[in-house]
Amino acid sequence: MRPKMAVEICGIDFKNPVIAASGTYGFGSEHAEYVDLSRIGGIAVKGLTLEPRKGNPPPRIAETPSGMLNSVGLQNPGIDYFIEHQLPRLTEYNTRIIVNINGNTVEEYCRIAEKLQEKPVDMLELNISCPNVRQGGMVFGTDPDTVYDVTRNVKAHAGQPVLVKLTPNVTDIKEIAMAAEEGGGDGISLINTVLGMAIDAKSRRPILANVVGGLSGPAIKPIALRMVWEVSQAVDIPVVGMGGIVTGEDAIEFLLAGATAVGVGTANLISPTACMDIINQIEDYMKENGVEDINELIGSLIV
Amino acid sequence: MKGPKLCKVIEKRLLADGVYTLVLDAPNVAKKARPGQFIHIKVPKDKSRILRRPISISDADCEGGSVEIIFQLVGEGTRLLSAVKAGNYLDILGPLGNGFTVPRNVSRLFLVGGGCGVAPIKFAASKFDHVQRTCFIGFKRGDDIYELPKFQKNSDRLLIATEDGSIGHKGLVTEILEGELKRNLPDLILACGPVPMLKVIQQLAGQYGVSCQLSLEQRMGCGIGACMTCVCAVHGDEGDYTYKRVCRDGPVFLSWEVMLDEAENGC
Ligand SMILES: Cc1cc2nc3c(=O)[nH]c(=O)nc-3n(C[C@H](O)[C@H](O)[C@H](O)COP(=O)(O)O)c2cc1C
Repeated sequence: MRPKMAVEICGIDFKNPVIAASGTYGFGSEHAEYVDLSRIGGIAVKGLTLEPRKGNPPPRIAETPSGMLNSVGLQNPGIDYFIEHQLPRLTEYNTRIIVNINGNTVEEYCRIAEKLQEKPVDMLELNISCPNVRQGGMVFGTDPDTVYDVTRNVKAHAGQPVLVKLTPNVTDIKEIAMAAEEGGGDGISLINTVLGMAIDAKSRRPILANVVGGLSGPAIKPIALRMVWEVSQAVDIPVVGMGGIVTGEDAIEFLLAGATAVGVGTANLISPTACMDIINQIEDYMKENGVEDINELIGSLIV
Repeated sequence: MKGPKLCKVIEKRLLADGVYTLVLDAPNVAKKARPGQFIHIKVPKDKSRILRRPISISDADCEGGSVEIIFQLVGEGTRLLSAVKAGNYLDILGPLGNGFTVPRNVSRLFLVGGGCGVAPIKFAASKFDHVQRTCFIGFKRGDDIYELPKFQKNSDRLLIATEDGSIGHKGLVTEILEGELKRNLPDLILACGPVPMLKVIQQLAGQYGVSCQLSLEQRMGCGIGACMTCVCAVHGDEGDYTYKRVCRDGPVFLSWEVMLDEAENGC
């Protein structure tokens, strides 16, 4: 018998717990040439803003040991273009659609949420953790009062459940997660990238034109696991865990630490089939270890 | 479906100081490859170097099912790539990118390559053999020159520039290009090489009113157009600019659309 891989997050059922993480999967169309998107649990689209955004100058990417830095700076076509041109194509697939929303102000976040109210979107992901923009982004995600405030406001304008996406660049992640829960957040996703920097010793210059960027990939997995573990104990709402997941076993580790589902980001840059490979590897793990239902694994870490 | 494939290394050779060529058994890539396209290669042996390396295709043999690449040692990733042996396997994705386009009305082509940019120009010279091709290739030193016989075979005229003057014109490849443009104009210029060289070619193409396609390089992520990391600035509406993806909208861009010397491009 095939193991049961379905999970439920904020009342929405996902056929499996693997979600393509925002910013690494575009709006799905490129990866659709490599995998059947209908087999992926969910897709978190590239971060969207009210108006189109150019993003930061290149170079925007640097390889670091077991990881990478990016400083894309939320280049995106804007929410209206997305709704008109990209969302219709995504809805042709049988997968959950999560829209990653971003703003310079609380009002901007709310207006995007409003525009999506009647649209065929399953969830919103409130990105208060982007390290690559001057206004908004991470600025909102590092202070508990601001997190509470922006979550509460967006909830009041949202037609779908809201995942609050947290930045690891804080002193106490539990406090931030609890503020998101109190603000009415339906779930938490974490972690976004870790603020970092790379320097070319020969030229004495930073590698990224933006000087600093967000670290992702296997290098951040231990940080992500620790934070998912802490947060899932501190709140009662579901947690979507991510940071450095490249294999099915990595994903299992996040489920054990308390995540109900996982996000796969940088792995999509290493291989366009990564999400599918990870789903298959999770299934193999379950068969080999006699796990009939994936829900048995969630939060079952033995300590 | 498409996806990364493990491909056997058929041959490895040192072409010049720090420049290697690999021939890979990759029938599916060979069938589809167009000049200007690249393959995205996983760094062998070292899992901590997680990003693939985009490398231009320098030749493809449809019948034999093989693909050739030429690359320069620039860092640890390319060093590990140069350490593979015939019989080893490489994890590759591709062919990726748009490649050069030679419209039907073109009969005279100028092909310009500098340094590492010579590799895709070599492929273009052999593939676009239905038109008259003048090749301009430039190197720092005479010792850096590679694949000369192939260029001699695949071009109607071959002009060489070396900065040390040991072979051909002493100076830059753009100087011999300008000399030729003064005498006769082609229908199209295709170029690949370092940004300072491309800037001069862009300027010359504008000045002489010749259509021109430039192949760009950029630090790259996914290679398929999803992650928005490998961008370059292009002219937008009303004097504005936008960023396009080098991996998917490029690596070949129309000369007039790319902004090579803008602060927006991080240069
Ligand atoms: C190139 C790139 C772009 C990203 N863009 C976004 C974004 O637009 N919105 C967002 O919430 N997170 C973004 N992220 C963060 C990822 O969604 C994810 O939280 C982070 O990379 C950690 O997971 P990973 O190690 O699996 O990549 C981006 C990450 C990368 C590598």
